[in-house]
Amino acid sequence: MGKTDVELKTILEKFEATRSELIPILQAAQSSLGYLTNDTMREIARYLSIPESQVYGVASFFERFSFSRRGRREITVCCGTACYVKGARRLVDILESELGIRCGDTTPDLEYSLKQVACVGACALAPVVLVNEDVHRQMEPGKVKGLLAGE
Amino acid sequence: MLNRIKSPLQVADVVRECGEALGREKSRFVICAGTGCVAGGSMDVFREFERLLKAKGLYGDVQLLFEGHTSPVGVIFSGCYGFCQVGPLVQFQPKGIIYTKVTVQDVDEIIKTTFEEDSVVERLLYRKHDGTLCPTEDEVPFYGKQKRVILAECGHINPEDIREYFATGGYQALASALSKMDPDGVIDIISRSGLRGRGGAGFPAGRKMALARESQGGRKYVICNGDEGDPGAFMDRSVLEANPHSVLEGMAIAAYAIGADKGYIYVRAEYPLAVTRIDIAIDQARRSGVLGKGIMGTDFDFDVEVFQGAGAFICGEATALIRSIEGFRGSPEMTLSYYPTERGLWGKPTLLNNVKTLAFIPKIIANGVRWFTGMGTKGSPGTAVFALTGEVRNNGLIEVPMGITLREIIFDIGEGVPGGREFKAVQIGGPSGGCLPRELLDIEVDFDSLLDAGAMMGSGGMVVVDDTTCMVDLARYFLAFTRMESCGKCVPCRIGTKRMLEMLTRICEGKGEPEDVGRLEELALDIKEGSLCALGGTAPNPVLTTLRYFKDEYEAHIHEKRCPAGLCANLVTFHIDSEKCNGCTVCARNCPADAITGEKKKPHVIDQDKCIKCRECLSRCRFDAVYTE
Amino acid sequence: MSEKIKLTIDGKKCAGRPGRTILEVARENDIWIPTLCFDERLEPYGACRICLVEVKGAGGLLPACAAEITPDMVVKTSSKRVDSIRRTVIELLLSDHPADCMTCESTGSCALQDLAYRYGIKESSFKGEAHSYHLADDNPVIERDPDKCILCGRCARICDEVVGPGVLGFVGRGFDATVSPPYDRLLEESPCLFCGQCVSTCPVGALTSKLSEGAGRPWELESTDTICPYCGVGCTLRLWTRDNKVVNVTAPMDKGVNRGNLCVKGRFGFQFIDSPDRLKHPLVRGKDGRLRKTTWNKAISLVAERLSETRDKHGADSVGGLASARCTNEENYLFQKFMRAVVGTNNVDHCARL
Repeated sequence: MGKTDVELKTILEKFEATRSELIPILQAAQSSLGYLTNDTMREIARYLSIPESQVYGVASFFERFSFSRRGRREITVCCGTACYVKGARRLVDILESELGIRCGDTTPDLEYSLKQVACVGACALAPVVLVNEDVHRQMEPGKVKGLLAGE
Repeated sequence: MLNRIKSPLQVADVVRECGEALGREKSRFVICAGTGCVAGGSMDVFREFERLLKAKGLYGDVQLLFEGHTSPVGVIFSGCYGFCQVGPLVQFQPKGIIYTKVTVQDVDEIIKTTFEEDSVVERLLYRKHDGTLCPTEDEVPFYGKQKRVILAECGHINPEDIREYFATGGYQALASALSKMDPDGVIDIISRSGLRGRGGAGFPAGRKMALARESQGGRKYVICNGDEGDPGAFMDRSVLEANPHSVLEGMAIAAYAIGADKGYIYVRAEYPLAVTRIDIAIDQARRSGVLGKGIMGTDFDFDVEVFQGAGAFICGEATALIRSIEGFRGSPEMTLSYYPTERGLWGKPTLLNNVKTLAFIPKIIANGVRWFTGMGTKGSPGTAVFALTGEVRNNGLIEVPMGITLREIIFDIGEGVPGGREFKAVQIGGPSGGCLPRELLDIEVDFDSLLDAGAMMGSGGMVVVDDTTCMVDLARYFLAFTRMESCGKCVPCRIGTKRMLEMLTRICEGKGEPEDVGRLEELALDIKEGSLCALGGTAPNPVLTTLRYFKDEYEAHIHEKRCPAGLCANLVTFHIDSEKCNGCTVCARNCPADAITGEKKKPHVIDQDKCIKCRECLSRCRFDAVYTE
Repeated sequence: MSEKIKLTIDGKKCAGRPGRTILEVARENDIWIPTLCFDERLEPYGACRICLVEVKGAGGLLPACAAEITPDMVVKTSSKRVDSIRRTVIELLLSDHPADCMTCESTGSCALQDLAYRYGIKESSFKGEAHSYHLADDNPVIERDPDKCILCGRCARICDEVVGPGVLGFVGRGFDATVSPPYDRLLEESPCLFCGQCVSTCPVGALTSKLSEGAGRPWELESTDTICPYCGVGCTLRLWTRDNKVVNVTAPMDKGVNRGNLCVKGRFGFQFIDSPDRLKHPLVRGKDGRLRKTTWNKAISLVAERLSETRDKHGADSVGGLASARCTNEENYLFQKFMRAVVGTNNVDHCARL
């Protein structure tokens, strides 16, 4: 068994083999393995005795699950209404051109992933950009380079 | 921590005990640790207070208070106190002094001046835009017209200590329900209070409870809907983070009323802090005997589990939420002949309420029907919680009596639009809501008046926009959102929102055709009526309200190929007025596209090929030299 | 039996048992309501919104496929509102659907085409992005064309609700949702049984039978109902023939024990009919080892003679009989009776046990 298989086995052992554990299991797998592979989903399907298409169907439905490796630093641009009216779209444009990737993608060196989310619920600090879990408030286009430089 | 409560009558003693113990602390600093303030570094501020107070030998540990010691001053962190924009916030109680934008460097001075010298640090006080200083909450306009009921304790107590909740009279409503009322009695009170569901649609909460109570089918469930996915809304998050016990108590009372023994709190994936705080609260509540088996020594069992969402707006919809707990894709189900109150989670009767609705329940049980109906309007009694954000001076979380006017909210509480800009519209209710113009500023806000105006209470996001916001673009923004969040099950929503978005995008790009307005409207109405669930059913609202109130902007885009707000990138170019430009180079240094060139102290120019229209130069220029065409 | 509920549909007085839907009662009364995601073999789904009808006092429009009848209900199956939504739904579907009806395998049996015809929609008034997937299924029987998929979910639901393995499922969400085997891989890489139930329920040309490709339009074919020769279940088959050759097999919804359902053999195993290898006459092997055509009488006599010989020489237990699952229960009964009473042995078995 590879390292991933062992990790997955430890995860599965924590959950009952019932359908309602599907999303919690996927969340646990995503957070400890980083992303979901076909093999991971196949194992989960087997563990819960449900069709693989349904595991994949659920995983592909929700935004939190990804099927490819994410960057070490995940840049999340909040595009909630408050952030939007304060210029979040322009932040996305600039980040895309600075990083040379589109929203949802990861740089080839696996350093950055870029994504936009509907709302992180920090509207009073708009516009907001997250680097991993850290919230950066009142972002402006001029601050983007500094943000990437880790300032 | 606390002994297990063995009878409902004992709760009053615990409340008194906690009140007395915490009363031995003569004053305290309260550091706001809502998500907004935490992002501003409030936890560092908190730790600095702890460190300095300890160093001064002033620090009073809460445990010592319970052992009978007194303390001149203490420090706690609280949940969201609402005025996130000027966070991190620090309060000094009981005097009610509020400091804004506090940093670690300010802490020493705050302790010295406020506690030791009994004065105030003026530079950290909130300053009204006319310059007046506001030392206490009563004087800060943001709090002036609020009526904080479910937010009353938010920002004042430590959400991670159940004893603080007890000290405010917590769990007494549950105790009195268990000892003095039968389930029908509880339902009767909630029904007579006229409480309507705070999730947005405003369904009578008492009636929903009665339906769930009447349903047969063995086990029953209570679900707290905290899947607050509306962009521009963070009310549920704040309540869960700042006062999780109020929600647990509301759930327990509701469970007692309908006969449920199991509850779920469904929290959005994006709210990790809320999840942590609820987990702590559940654990403490179980150990105190107010949750779990044999609550307060009675034979009433009720336990709660947290379910974390995985990122899908649609899961705020009742049936989709239930499906996702069951482990399926979050697509809504048809509820034609039955509601979740009859067949919900695993086919069992399920009461599903919004966070705020549940938080109101203990308040109503404790204070009575007349107290509740004394606030708000006839059709919508009580208060409403809004997230007031966007282009308004004071951003944050507010609670106001129903029936207050939009003008009072935006211009009194919010102190109007900053930067010399003009108020244009307020977007209420997120993607299901609508944009209301200046002419409607005097409508009294409640469930019904907003529906009449074409908007919707929704979950309570209120985003103010000024004259630099293009209303067509704003409608496009919401359609982009619903198109992304549509589950794809029914045709009108799946393809219809996509086609509406494409039409709006064409209009914003100056490629709109004269027939587009009519076509949009027809499609919007068909989607509204033809969709399977409320997401599709309300998705066209932002388009319909902007068409209703801002048709001229659509027409300007289509006929004149002009964006009146100067926002739509294809329809606007940026220029520098060489008369006004003095070559300060601020614009050139801040241009992320390096599109601005010019020698120092000489007029600059914008290279139109490089310009990405980010508006940075426009907002940076202090000489009014940048203009749009 | 409970009392029938009385209601009015399009002015016509109708009645139905409690629990029946508006659609069922309408169909019993020859009142047409269009459907796309409905299949009587499946639970109502309510996704296509084409069957919405007006019900007096109901507030909004109701999907006829799922809304149960109530006493004195007044239903209108067509009205300005209803028709407007239907037209919009059709146009929206057409806006993300190739307009290649001329060569589409499903022309003539496509529900979307029929609806466009009925509502006089030449082309969609909505312009915009249409999906274009490239698929390389190389299994021999099922052709998938996701570009034509209208996401009614019938294939995924029949695979889950009726067949069981749940090979097809929804992937992603919103406008970009698709129906696909796990991980967007191919059918042949999945646990698919190739029963073709998905083909049988697809209302458009997204799932078709490769075996019938180019075989003719429905109106060019003749149909004959018969019983499946493969096993003892006795499913009703509808053979579609052209020039006296079977080109497709379906199952009628309203007949037989199978009510529209078939397995891989019944649906796709029909080429043997015209196979050059097929035995059409009894053959007897001569002394030279070659098989020669003979008559049934001669062949059966020869078998009887040799069986008797073997039994007399080596005893009855030297003979064993193996029956076929393709025979009916009655035939299998007769066979064991023959083995026990005539041959005199209990050595009798059946291929279904293997």
